[in-house]
Amino acid sequence: MIEIVSQERCTGCNICVRVCPTNVFDASDDGAPVIARQEDCQTCFQCEAYCPADALFVAPLRTPSPEESVWRDEAALVASGQLGLYRARVGWGDPAPPLPSDAAFSELMDTIRGNISGRPKKR
Amino acid sequence: MPVNSSLRAELTLEADVLVIGGGPAGAWAALTAAREGARVVLVDKGYCGTSGVAATAGVGHWAVPPDETLRGEAMALRTRLGGFITDPVWQARVLDETWRRLEELGRAGYPTSRDDAGGSVLRIGQAPHYMRFMRGLVQRAGVSILDHSPAFELLADPEGTVAGARGIQRQKRRTWEVRAGAVVVATGGCTWKSKSLGGDVNTGDGQLFAAEVGARLSGMEFSSFFGIVPKGTSMDKNGYFGFATFTRDDGSPIEGQLFGSRAPLLKASLDGGVYAQFDRAPEHLRPVMRAAMPNFFMVMDKIGADPFARRFAIDFVLEGTVRGTGGLRVVDSECWTGVPGLFAAGDTASREVIVGGATGAGAPNAAWAVSSGTWAGRAAARHGQLVRGRRADLVGTGGAGIRPAHGAAGAKGAWRELLRAVQAETHSIEINVFRTDERLRRSLAALDGLWRGARTSIGGELDEQLRVRECAAMIAMARWSYASALVRTETRAMHTREDYPATDEAQQHRIVSGGLDDVWATVDAAEGPCERLAS
Repeated sequence: MIEIVSQERCTGCNICVRVCPTNVFDASDDGAPVIARQEDCQTCFQCEAYCPADALFVAPLRTPSPEESVWRDEAALVASGQLGLYRARVGWGDPAPPLPSDAAFSELMDTIRGNISGRPKKR
Repeated sequence: MPVNSSLRAELTLEADVLVIGGGPAGAWAALTAAREGARVVLVDKGYCGTSGVAATAGVGHWAVPPDETLRGEAMALRTRLGGFITDPVWQARVLDETWRRLEELGRAGYPTSRDDAGGSVLRIGQAPHYMRFMRGLVQRAGVSILDHSPAFELLADPEGTVAGARGIQRQKRRTWEVRAGAVVVATGGCTWKSKSLGGDVNTGDGQLFAAEVGARLSGMEFSSFFGIVPKGTSMDKNGYFGFATFTRDDGSPIEGQLFGSRAPLLKASLDGGVYAQFDRAPEHLRPVMRAAMPNFFMVMDKIGADPFARRFAIDFVLEGTVRGTGGLRVVDSECWTGVPGLFAAGDTASREVIVGGATGAGAPNAAWAVSSGTWAGRAAARHGQLVRGRRADLVGTGGAGIRPAHGAAGAKGAWRELLRAVQAETHSIEINVFRTDERLRRSLAALDGLWRGARTSIGGELDEQLRVRECAAMIAMARWSYASALVRTETRAMHTREDYPATDEAQQHRIVSGGLDDVWATVDAAEGPCERLAS
């Protein structure tokens, strides 16, 4: 679930308000949007991917994190490079991480298909 | 202003085609309709581009090159897994249409990525690029997109022809009405708000609208799919679990098939902890897996778990008809619902014809969204343009949750109790997976009571109305599911009857269902027995 909107990093662009599919955020007059309806968050990480300022942190849990959790500790998450992690991973950060080659990807897909059919091609 | 008032909506638009839902099926429908010359409006409950499971999960497509042998193998596999109730004609045309549409995406400038050897690769489906790109295509085709604009009900003319819809704009706090020559419902399946990845917007809304104007459903007994997630998370990416070994708390292995029924795993979860480890993944493919599915490994890294090196706890979230297969029964090759003016696409429509009663996992579902969206969009464009300029008095057709049966109003926040209660009947692995006549009947009785509650409830504020309406749709979906499950007195694909553990040759048919106050389910007589393919 969404746990952090960094006041320090947020530029007030409100992209998260617009792209959140479950309308979790409310825009505010004085800058950073607020997490208005955390219970509606479906932990889909879209806001984290779309935030150009890496100001958001979506904890991996589908329920709210306890208060003492590291996932509510902005300083610790900044230190460990976790703010903006998903944007970097999907390649919307700079620079984008390389993807596997078509040959490697095809081999993976063939192997998964083998798993599904119950007749694995490789073991 | 309540949406059911007779006052004019605060935003009114006219179009040839209204598409409800902005996931891949809705996006392909809107894009195709616009290219056919139709004026198109697309409304989404959330944001077209992030809404739904395809935007968030990232899916490969069931895309098989046009080679008779390869396609024959692909179809035979799905037929076998799905319990022999698929239709080879539909399978073949889905493969064909999907292949052509994806080729088109490449030509339309779908962004390539750098590969680890410095080359460039095209990976259609990679989350969340795919739906961001589709939004751009839809916009450039001239479609008007209304985000954060859930639909509440369909509009129909005096003859019962569907001619638009009404809803609200959540963020602008106003009502909308779109009058249209034809409507495509592409609102997705239903997960009963289980907090699976991207699934909470999928509450069965389109299925309810369509049933309210007389459409029927099929395959609703195949609605019991539970996805595997790292414990406590939403990350229901299931393909890699084919590389896993599963164990109990004491380390003892759990044997069982992952891709048909998940009964052994789900049964073990009722008795204690269940764990997975991707120790069967070939060493050289591990970095490929990591790079190919950034969302799953982002979550593992946040948790601090290495799924190859050590076992990790898992649990299950209901993916309902999103990975199950039931939905609106389409009556022709253009995805017509049988109700004049109304077409269905994607997870909203039954996917039984291509994957039967087994989960398609992501790939066939994504292919179905592309192909059914294309067909529904094309047919809706033709129909919608034919009746352009039609003037008729339109009426709202919605009932439960927005137009109370006896004029009663629910208390503020009453939807929370409705939601909790419908989830108690559907999220329970015991009730929903290990089905028995007795459990299903008890649950149906409870759901009938909830339906009566939803029929007499209405939220006050617009946002409250949305929540009650969503609950009504989820209750309706659960009732069609369990009514259908009662009729199928056998175990087939994901549908598991503890009291009928064997597959019954005589039940190699589909189950059709419908009704609102009185729900019914019966053998689909129109189809007859399903043609059997050699496995």
